[in-house]
Amino acid sequence: MHVPDGFLDAPTSLVTATVAAAGIGVALKGARRELDDRTAPLAGLVATFVFATQMLNFPVAGGTSGHLMGGALAAVLVGPYAGLLCLTVVLVVQSLLFADGGITALGTNVVLMGLLTVVGGYAVFRAAQLALPKRLSMVAPAAALGAIASVVLSAAAFVLLYAVGGVVPIPFDTLLTAMLGVHVFIGVGEAVITFLVVSSVVAVRPDLVHGARRVLAVRELETRLVSS
Amino acid sequence: MGAPHGHRLHFQGHSPVHQAPAHLKIAFLVSFMLVVVATPVPWLAAFAAYAAVLAVLVALSGVPALYLARRLVIETPVLAFAVLLPFIATGPTVDLLGLSLSRPGLVAGGGLVVKATLGVLASLLLAATTEPRDLLAGLERLRVPSQLVQIMGFMVRYLDVVSDELRRMKTARESRGFTARDPRHWPVIGRSAGALFIRSFERGERVHLAMISRGYDGTVRR
Repeated sequence: MHVPDGFLDAPTSLVTATVAAAGIGVALKGARRELDDRTAPLAGLVATFVFATQMLNFPVAGGTSGHLMGGALAAVLVGPYAGLLCLTVVLVVQSLLFADGGITALGTNVVLMGLLTVVGGYAVFRAAQLALPKRLSMVAPAAALGAIASVVLSAAAFVLLYAVGGVVPIPFDTLLTAMLGVHVFIGVGEAVITFLVVSSVVAVRPDLVHGARRVLAVRELETRLVSS
Repeated sequence: MGAPHGHRLHFQGHSPVHQAPAHLKIAFLVSFMLVVVATPVPWLAAFAAYAAVLAVLVALSGVPALYLARRLVIETPVLAFAVLLPFIATGPTVDLLGLSLSRPGLVAGGGLVVKATLGVLASLLLAATTEPRDLLAGLERLRVPSQLVQIMGFMVRYLDVVSDELRRMKTARESRGFTARDPRHWPVIGRSAGALFIRSFERGERVHLAMISRGYDGTVRR
C-alpha cells in the first residue's frame, strides 16, 4: 500500500523528500554512466514493465491475491541505478496520474518503495552472490534473498519513520512486530515471484540480466574442430 | 505513438481548470497538500475551508462529482487502516457502543481520513484535467531533471502498449485452458512476467535505435 497524504507529519515528509531527491540525483548520474543515451528509452520501457507487473495478480488462496513490488527485481534485472529511476518514475506516475499515494508522501514512498528496496535488495543480492558459487544458476536464488530482504527492510524503515513522524501514539514494539510479522510473509511471496521471473529471464536471455554479468563474463567462445 | 487520447483518468473539457498551465496546477497541488497535512486535526474550520476550495475548483472544472467520487475507491486501504487506529493506539480511552477506543487514535484516524480524502480528490482533479503531455511539460518547467521527465514520457507513452501486451499474454494463457487459482500456478505467471521483461527491454532497444537513426543524442529538442 502506498503511504497517503496525512499519514506522516509535514517535517518528516520534507526530510524524506530531500533524501529521495539526493538518491535520484546519484541514480541519474550512475545510469548516465552505465547506459549513456540509452537511459531514457530503456529505463522508460523497464518502468512500464514494473508498472505492468504490479498489475499481475498472483493468487494466494480463497480469492485473495498479491502482486509484486518489484524493487529488488528491477535492481537485479537492470542494475541499481536504472532500477531506482524506474521505481521512482512508476511512483510519480501513480501519484500524479492515478492518485495512488499522496503527493506530499511522494518522497516517503520513493524512499520506502524505491530507494530502500532497490539499494537494500541489490546489496543483499550482491552479498549473496559473493557467498554462493559463481554460477549462472545461482543468480535467481540470490535475487530471491535480495527480494525478501528488501520487503522486510522497507517495512522496518516504515515503522522507524512512523516512530519519528507518525501522527498517532502506537507503541513502537507493537507496530514493529505486527509490521515485520506481516511483511515476512509478503517478503516470502516477493522472493518466490522474483525467483521465478529472474530464472525465466536467465534461462532465455542471460545477457539482459544486469546481475548475471559477472558470472557470464567467464564463459568463453569455444571453437571445436571436428576431426575428419 | 503520442496519440491524442488521454489516459484513463482524464476527463475531456475546456474549463479554466483544464486550460490552466500544468506547472501552476502541480505547484498548487503540492503547496495546497503541504498546508493540509501541516494543519492540526482539531482545526475543523480550516478543513471545511480546504474542502470548499476543492469544491469550487471541481465545480469550475466541470468534471462530474460522481466521476471523481467513483474513483475514490483507490483510498479503501487507507480507510481500513484509519478504522484500525482507535483500536491499536494508546492513550486515554472512551467507551463507544461498548468498545473501549483510544481517544488520540480516534482523532488521528479521523484526521487521516479527512487529509487522505482531500489529497486523493485534489490529485484526481489534477489527473482528470491535465493531459499527460502537459503534465510532463509542467514537470520540466518546475526544474525536474530532464532525464527523469524523458523516462516518464516513455513510460506514459508505452503504458498502453505494454499493458496490451500483458493482456494478450493473459488471453493466450486462458485460451490454452489456464486459470490461476493458487500458488501452484505461480511459475506460469512468473514466466509471463519474464517474457514481458524481455519484450519490454527489446522494445526499448529498438526504440533507442530508431531514435538514433533520427539524430537523437540524449537531449530532447523542441
